[in-house]
Amino acid sequence: MKRIIQYLRSLMLLELLKGMSLTMRHMFRPIITINYPEEKTPKSVRFRGLHALRRYPNGEERCIACKLCEAVCPALAITIESEQRDDGSRRTTRYDIDLFKCIFCGFCEESCPVDSIVETGILEYHMENREEAVMTKEKLLAIGDRYEAEIAENRNRDAAYR
Amino acid sequence: MLDMLLSVWEWIQSQYLIWTVLKILIITVPLITAVAFYTYFERKVIGAMQIRVGPSRVGPLGLIQPFADVFKLLLKEIILPTNSNRYLFLLAPIIALTPAFAAWAVVPFNDFMVLADVDAGLIYVLALTSLGVYGIIIAGWASNSKYAFLGAMRAAAQAVSYEIAMGFSLVGVLILAGTMNLRQIVLAQQGGIFDWYWLPLLPLFMIYMISGVAETNRAPFDQAEGESEIVAGFHVEYSGSSFAVFFLAEYANMILISALTAILFMGGWLSPFEGVPVLGETFLAEGSIFWFLAKTVLFMFMFLWYRATFPRFRYDQIMRLGWKVLIPITMVWVMVAAMMTVLGFVVKGS
Repeated sequence: MKRIIQYLRSLMLLELLKGMSLTMRHMFRPIITINYPEEKTPKSVRFRGLHALRRYPNGEERCIACKLCEAVCPALAITIESEQRDDGSRRTTRYDIDLFKCIFCGFCEESCPVDSIVETGILEYHMENREEAVMTKEKLLAIGDRYEAEIAENRNRDAAYR
Repeated sequence: MLDMLLSVWEWIQSQYLIWTVLKILIITVPLITAVAFYTYFERKVIGAMQIRVGPSRVGPLGLIQPFADVFKLLLKEIILPTNSNRYLFLLAPIIALTPAFAAWAVVPFNDFMVLADVDAGLIYVLALTSLGVYGIIIAGWASNSKYAFLGAMRAAAQAVSYEIAMGFSLVGVLILAGTMNLRQIVLAQQGGIFDWYWLPLLPLFMIYMISGVAETNRAPFDQAEGESEIVAGFHVEYSGSSFAVFFLAEYANMILISALTAILFMGGWLSPFEGVPVLGETFLAEGSIFWFLAKTVLFMFMFLWYRATFPRFRYDQIMRLGWKVLIPITMVWVMVAAMMTVLGFVVKGS
């Protein structure tokens, strides 16, 4: 008897209809696709993208060549060389980040005592040959100069939670 | 000017050959266009069912996408496998395509729009839809590739088992209609939505739809392709325009099966509002080609709906379903249909 009921039930295709009603319902749901270049998902202020070296408002570069970032970098992506400047302060002569080695962990940013090296929200960049993957000091400072407003804004918004 | 055009028109109609070729073109050109947009429609519908957008880049709303696909396929190289049987290899897509188009000859779009109003229409359709599988078998054999061969074997076994269920469900229609002429089968269903054959032949209607999906090798019965098991089945070795022809044949077959379902079980071009009190007096109650197209599109949508919903059957499950479930049910219901006709529950047509 039980078996006959089961046969009748499967002959009515109830399970199939159930599945089809599910797909039909989904058809009228709002589409969740984000058309990437035109639309973007929201990004955290802590997003770890391309690096930048910052300056103080008076134009002096923040980095004091303490080499904490170089020491903490787990991927050994940072290379720093330093010298005494004419005014007696210690400054970097070379500050290279190899983007092929970098794992974007954010430790350099965390370790920096003067908030000099930061990771910006930039994630859309490319390079046309392998040499360009090494971010030199000039390039890092240029990024910092260009996006200073955005970097400062993001750090302000995150400050309360640090 | 108008007189001249009219006389040219009359001359064309008097020339049997030209007039027939023209009618064939009137059927096939929209059919090919429909196939192109059916692929677009499929991707959009399945996209929506998976809550994503589908093609949206080429042209407004992605509407030019099918043409981009067609041109891509036509411009690509046709690769002939070294050890293939090259004549059969190139013949196979044509064998698959021809029946899919030829079957449209007897499809009545409305009371008078039919290319060949032959009395053996149903047998002709049944014969041609069965022929399509030869293209697949030959393609699998001629490719000289193990995946293609497996796909062809599966297609052959599947076609043999589902052909019977399909044929029996058509026998039900034959018993009720009393004619094999597709136009007269539709006319026999006259009298509103409950006089169409889907109601007295409900099990056969369901089985016809299921075996129609199996006949066209579509999901969930796409064992012959089975991309997760045997790569692409019978058309692994095909590329470029020879692949495009297989593609065209598959979609033309789907449209054909949809149109046949509409004709045999859903009253073809007849209106569902016939005999309904208020609507029955308006233009909606008149049978027209638009009703036929609307019903066809509905069944075409069902194909996509199945594909978005069901996972692929395992091979032995397909065989079990075909031989042990569908065929016994059709046999029983053919007898029920015969009894319904004899006892007068359903008025026999013609």
